[in-house]
Amino acid sequence: MSLIGAKVLRKEDPNLVTGRGSFVDDLRPDRCLTMAFVPSTEAHARVRSVDASEAAALPGVAAVWTAADVAHLPPCPGLPGLERPLLASDVVRFVGEPVAVVVAEDRYLAADAVAAVVVDYEPLPAVVGVQAALAADAPALFPALGGNLVFEQPWESDLADVFAAAPRTASLHIVNNRCAPTPIEPNACLADWGPSGLTLWAAFQAPHHLRNKLAEFFGIAHDETRVIAPDVGGGFGAKINLVPELYLAPALSRALGRPVKYVQTRSECLQAMYHGRAQEQDVDVAFDDDGRLLGLRFMVTQDNGGYPDPGGMGLPALTTAMATGCYKVPRVAVGWRNVVTNTTPVASYRGAGRPEATFMIERVVDLVADETGLDPLEVRRRNFIQPDEFPYATSSPLAVYDSGNYPGALDELLRILDYDAVRQEQRRNLDDDTKPLIGVGFSTWVEIAGFGPPGSLEAFGHLGSWESAQIRVQPDGSAIVYTGASPHGQGTETTFAQIAADNLGIPFERISVRHGDTATVLQGIGTMGSRCTAIAGEGVRAAATTVLGRAKEIAAHLLEADPADLQAEDGAFTVRGTPARSVSWNDVAWASFRPLDLPEGMTPGSLETSVFQQVANFSFPSGAYACVVEVDRHTGRVGVRGFYLVDDCGTVINPLLAEGQVQGGIAQGIAQALFEEVSYDPQGALLTSTLMDYLVPAAPDLPGFVSSRICTPTPNSVLGAKGIGESGSIGSPPAVVNAVVDALAHLGVRHVDMPVTPQKVWRLLEGAR
Amino acid sequence: MIPARFDYHRAADAAHALALLGELGDEAKLLAGGHSLVPLMKLGLAQPAALVDVGDVRELSYVDERDGVLAVGALTRYRDIERSELARRLVPILAHATGRIGDPQVRARGTIGGSLAHGDPAADLPAVAVATGAVMVVRGPGGERHVPAREFFRGFLETALQPDEMLVEVRFPASGVEPWAYEKFSRRAQDYAIVGVAVVRGPEPGIALVNMDSTPVFCAAASAALGRGEEARAVAELAAADGRPPSDLNGDGAYRRHLARVLTERAVRAAAI
Repeated sequence: MSLIGAKVLRKEDPNLVTGRGSFVDDLRPDRCLTMAFVPSTEAHARVRSVDASEAAALPGVAAVWTAADVAHLPPCPGLPGLERPLLASDVVRFVGEPVAVVVAEDRYLAADAVAAVVVDYEPLPAVVGVQAALAADAPALFPALGGNLVFEQPWESDLADVFAAAPRTASLHIVNNRCAPTPIEPNACLADWGPSGLTLWAAFQAPHHLRNKLAEFFGIAHDETRVIAPDVGGGFGAKINLVPELYLAPALSRALGRPVKYVQTRSECLQAMYHGRAQEQDVDVAFDDDGRLLGLRFMVTQDNGGYPDPGGMGLPALTTAMATGCYKVPRVAVGWRNVVTNTTPVASYRGAGRPEATFMIERVVDLVADETGLDPLEVRRRNFIQPDEFPYATSSPLAVYDSGNYPGALDELLRILDYDAVRQEQRRNLDDDTKPLIGVGFSTWVEIAGFGPPGSLEAFGHLGSWESAQIRVQPDGSAIVYTGASPHGQGTETTFAQIAADNLGIPFERISVRHGDTATVLQGIGTMGSRCTAIAGEGVRAAATTVLGRAKEIAAHLLEADPADLQAEDGAFTVRGTPARSVSWNDVAWASFRPLDLPEGMTPGSLETSVFQQVANFSFPSGAYACVVEVDRHTGRVGVRGFYLVDDCGTVINPLLAEGQVQGGIAQGIAQALFEEVSYDPQGALLTSTLMDYLVPAAPDLPGFVSSRICTPTPNSVLGAKGIGESGSIGSPPAVVNAVVDALAHLGVRHVDMPVTPQKVWRLLEGAR
Repeated sequence: MIPARFDYHRAADAAHALALLGELGDEAKLLAGGHSLVPLMKLGLAQPAALVDVGDVRELSYVDERDGVLAVGALTRYRDIERSELARRLVPILAHATGRIGDPQVRARGTIGGSLAHGDPAADLPAVAVATGAVMVVRGPGGERHVPAREFFRGFLETALQPDEMLVEVRFPASGVEPWAYEKFSRRAQDYAIVGVAVVRGPEPGIALVNMDSTPVFCAAASAALGRGEEARAVAELAAADGRPPSDLNGDGAYRRHLARVLTERAVRAAAI
């Protein structure tokens, strides 16, 4: 029986649920020091002076460094002239930006020393939000830039002809709210730089990438630079950012000759871990009376925060690439602007640019339904790309959709959701003041996953876009799989063991998956962009196939049979049709190391191989989601009554893990839609610096999920898996907001920005009275 | 997230705790369940020089019925109140509201006395104490004194307790506190209320609001109107006019007044005789 698609329990869990996991903060090397930052209390200020003398004299303090102490080191990788310094020197550009770093014997002494550093600021006017940053008289973060606009990609055409000729047009201004990724483990790293080189343990999603960057930064060799990502407690894209601590901990360890550890507090994490989303969008749509889309004009203004992170700069490119969703839009014009503001830098967060696109186009389709009086599902059906139209070239060169079945997903959704019953209840409740208002919202979405084809990650500073896989069969017939992917909660040890077991014929229990150490994994790119299963998993499959072929040769030699007649299953090789003629995998493995047992021409150690897996195209997971909400018409509270989802991620390796990814992603999507928003006051002070103010929902705040799936494999690989890690957070926010707008539509409400707070809804209800 | 330096003392019993408070002066704070004080310390908003941990003082953990009152020891944990048959029977609003505090972990640690002595206007139990007309038993160097809940809360995180005193018991009327209703409005299940309201109908009606001022708000006019049998809507209008509601990310003053009106009306209807 194939293990692909089997509900296998996670190999990772026995360690994690018994407290035997090993996260960075669990590591306590001898003589380890603790590092802590002195964060800027100002959003925008000139730093007149930093007096560290009192802090440096405190007992247990090993060092206090300011910008002057790191002047010999380069800044963090960034845009030329706009790089983020390791420590702010003359100007601070967001609250929480480090102006000094303290190293002490423990974190309590470090906290005391941080409090003793005296920084003299000369406050400068701050800009918060892209509108303020682009105002004519706005203070400039980087005077050399001559304003706060870092980059502008204008429309190639304004589609004036399309809009002039269209029977109908509509427009929307959307604010896609700033979110804090908030993994359960914050940023953490531990550097130990000794005579034999640098070892950095880091809560990171791409250890080889970090190894390459550290070696380049310090001018040291790759072989003497080791990065280890041990157990990592989530990342959501935020743990691929090259932040100052990753360079400062090694620099301090080298200078002090002792290990140096840094672990963010939760408040520091909310303040300093790079945020996500933070886009404003202006969209115009042209359509006809039948709800057919004729043209889309879309301008994205990305808030990049205090320093333009290279990854953050690329977010609008992904947003605009996916602007047309799963619909045929004959004419498209997209453009974007990257803007700096006095806020925490913005970069990848679960979905990274695609949730913003999906939210826009799914709101637009509902707007077209509202304008034409058509059912939102009918508008979707009339504009869907059809299953026989793949590969489908969109207006974006980045997005040539590989495969999909958008009407099929919607059909399946309507099988698990009683749409008519919801509409009936909605109508019944409308005039009954004692009942809540009911709304139902849809999102039929498509996203880019499987990053990516050659060049796609190189554009973000990575070595390549492939992923490595290595299989090494051990003498006893067990096997170790090494992957360049770097899981941080996904369950990759389980899914890759399933793939390897399925393609080797070795039992799942006798396969271990190793990752996250540049000294043992040959090379790697990392886990991000929903690429792990789609690319690294395909590499494991390919490597297993090669190893199996060689093992069959050995088995055939031992059985005096033809390799083509052998089948490998349940740990043994058997001659088809002759079950008695069999040799165990263990014996074959043992023989593979013994020249006298090998067929002619085969050398010992043949049962291991490495693959650098490439793919020719991205994969494009899709799905159809529905959200049913009830709105308390007196308080404005929105309750999610039910969430219905159909995913199509191609081949599913493990349905339990796929379901977990989707539910977690939708939890984050509902969080963005209803609860979470990073808020600043107009002076740039962070108002959501604790989890009492930044409202991450918990289990009681989330609905039950009714889920199903269809399967349209990607043609990019033999495995056919598309990637699923970001689907939920991409597909779900518009379903929630469409449901709220649907519930309030009779009051004339056409749009509401996220998060849809009770107070916001109350104001809409009041406004309609 | 790292508190300032403090000294730590562990009290063996109430007398020891009082002695320590006397020695340490007004820079010391009592530590009970720690679920209000410790977060403030970790955020640097409270920096007591010394903590007197009364976690071992189990003599003050009980729920008893005596002389017509439900006597609850100050160090009784939320969970023990929530599950107390006596509390559920005699003062059901107390058991119910206690079950709405935070999440199960918080309720396993937090204590009634800790919450009341902390005096957070956004907390659930201060308003319940005010609405029910509870009485605080306060012990100090000179013995015990009784302070009505309606006089106990003096300002934001400020109570009638002197630095050398501790709250030892809370006495709720064991009869006349029904029908009742407690309405709590928060964005997440585990949060403090944006606005809440405790309504006790009984012979002596009491209505108190959560998070509508720097202290729990006793709505005297609304309580009297409820006693006169006025309509729920009229009672709610009076309640919503009380207090000086704060503004924050979850709601401004106008929204809070609106919520107070809606919640009070609902609570009064729910507490129908």
